[in-house]
Amino acid sequence: MQKDSFTGTLVVAGLICIVCSFFVSGAAITLKDKQEENKVLDIKKNLLLASGLAKDSKITEEEIEIAFQNIQAQVIDLETGDVLEDIAPESFNQRKAAKDQTMNKTISAEDDVAGIKQRSKYAKIYKVIDTDQQTTQMYIFPIHGKGLWSTLYGFLALDNDLQTVKGIGFYEHAETPGLGGEVDNPQWKATWQGKKIYDEDFEVRLHLIKGKVSESDSQNLFKIDGLSGATITSNGVTHLIDYWFGHDGFKPFIAKHLQQEGSLSWKK
Amino acid sequence: MEKIKKVVVDPLFNNNPIALQVLGICSALAVTTKMDKSLVMCAAVIAVTALSNYSVSLIRKIIPSSIRIIVQMTIIASLVIMADQILKAYVYDIAKELSVFVGLIITNCIVMGRAEGFAMKNPPFLSLMDGIGNGIGYSLILVYVAFFRELLGTGKILGFTILTPTTEGGWYTPNGLALLAPSAFFLIGLFIWALRTWKPEQIEEVQ
Amino acid sequence: MFEHYLSLFFKAVFVENLALSFFLGMCTFIAVSKKVSTAIGLGIAVVVVQSITVPANNLIYTYLLKENALSWMGIQGTDLSFLGLISYIGVIAAMVQILEMILDKHVPSLYNALGIFLPLITVNCAILGGSLFMVERSYNFGESVVFGFGSGFGWALAIMTLAGIREKLKYSDIPVGLRGLGITFMIVGLMSLGFLAFSGIQL
Repeated sequence: MQKDSFTGTLVVAGLICIVCSFFVSGAAITLKDKQEENKVLDIKKNLLLASGLAKDSKITEEEIEIAFQNIQAQVIDLETGDVLEDIAPESFNQRKAAKDQTMNKTISAEDDVAGIKQRSKYAKIYKVIDTDQQTTQMYIFPIHGKGLWSTLYGFLALDNDLQTVKGIGFYEHAETPGLGGEVDNPQWKATWQGKKIYDEDFEVRLHLIKGKVSESDSQNLFKIDGLSGATITSNGVTHLIDYWFGHDGFKPFIAKHLQQEGSLSWKK
Repeated sequence: MEKIKKVVVDPLFNNNPIALQVLGICSALAVTTKMDKSLVMCAAVIAVTALSNYSVSLIRKIIPSSIRIIVQMTIIASLVIMADQILKAYVYDIAKELSVFVGLIITNCIVMGRAEGFAMKNPPFLSLMDGIGNGIGYSLILVYVAFFRELLGTGKILGFTILTPTTEGGWYTPNGLALLAPSAFFLIGLFIWALRTWKPEQIEEVQ
Repeated sequence: MFEHYLSLFFKAVFVENLALSFFLGMCTFIAVSKKVSTAIGLGIAVVVVQSITVPANNLIYTYLLKENALSWMGIQGTDLSFLGLISYIGVIAAMVQILEMILDKHVPSLYNALGIFLPLITVNCAILGGSLFMVERSYNFGESVVFGFGSGFGWALAIMTLAGIREKLKYSDIPVGLRGLGITFMIVGLMSLGFLAFSGIQL
């Protein structure tokens, strides 16, 4: 058989395809379970790190599972703020849903401060339950929005008053290391603790400022240190807080919840 | 034996793929902000270069010349996808940080350049050794660049604090520029300068 | 609509220049930038390949690989996205080989000038990177045409600029060890510093 002949070329091409596809699909299928496991574990880990339930990023698989016994996931309708019982939280993937035409919603240009264009109609939130008293200690909300180069994905944990920040963390982004990438800095993340999301008119007030927040500032509960040298990433973080806790985000859920508990102390 | 030693050792300094052949630079810039990332990347590149060289060389006599590039690409791409899948399964944290750059090993010119330039003309074992040698030559520069970028940019090496940065109460102000890509260009430029002062025969003729 | 495409184009050319902001396609960028005339030739080749491969890969991704992409054939629940890399590179390699044959036949001077770097367009990360970005940013078909052309054009612009600088460099007195490759790295470093100034500009 002449290797440069027409049939020779076809035979070689065919054989290469078969051998390569065998290896590639083999690897993809055998490793798929392990990868899925890693992904789920990674999200759980980020959730724990963001909420401050885990301090060390070297937490083991077992510890994660133990911590998760006290965490309940819920799927909520963002529009109404109702908890949806008919969607199982385990099978719901908010990021996939945002791309699925039956489950997503295009955000109007004026609302879309976070620059995400579309979002899922539903959101998966987490409640941290106190084992003894059966009360909710903490709520954890998924958040995302555009930074400079990339979309930042993370979680923000609120105290049971749904107003005080307990922790924040981003598990996926591609911001400039050392500048915007400082969103991962533990010292910076720690400064979020105890800050307030809403002002007395129930409007989102929390934002990043340029430079450091001064101790004497009477408004310092609503202000977070800006990331130095990363104005656009800082603005991105402000905008995503603005969006996700605004009227198009979790606000209906939060308002409803506070009303039910009769603790809505805001004017509106 | 002599020949094998030559193909492995040559790419380190005498014929370094990055410093002399100008191959495989893109990824060298993108993944060198941290040592651990670079080391994983190096391992992946060495494995892919060696195996692709070996496989291409095995079938070099039956590859029709009109489709040789596609055949090489298919082999390399399959190897890279496998490497990508393995990294995602076993070192998930680092694989996540490397993101698209594992995929871009496909377009790392070292892999393709060696397959086309060496493996097509040489027997399998020698090609395997050549792949390993070039992979190590590439790793050498990657580790060198990553060492300085991580040290100057964050004050750490492999996550261990060497120079305590001011943000953690130390004295060292991290140099943000070291973490941006231009610094990698300067570091590679300096490496080439040093290498050519040591081995003057590599200096380019003025045209 | 037109405005949207225009802003996408300028973003791809200046703000998110593949060569100087994302550092893709560096090997050929540095190796083939000694003369302006060769740089122009290669630049045009990249523009052509990029404008064809990005939209082509867009179609492949939308109708074959994406999750549930095969539903138009009545097959549900498939997810072949792990085959993405190999499909994109396949399209690219095929395009380059076709281009190589055409050039060899009709423009032999350019074919000889580009030498080994024509096959190396296949492994030009800018080309594969373009397709990967297209997928990551979920461009539609129209956008991918504009993005493919724009990003290829931006890359061509960058390599021509560098070639221009390097031609002038012949007249400067550079330390011996730094001549050639060494100083080129330094210059690209400075160019990329300059391009950092574009980062984050919103159009």
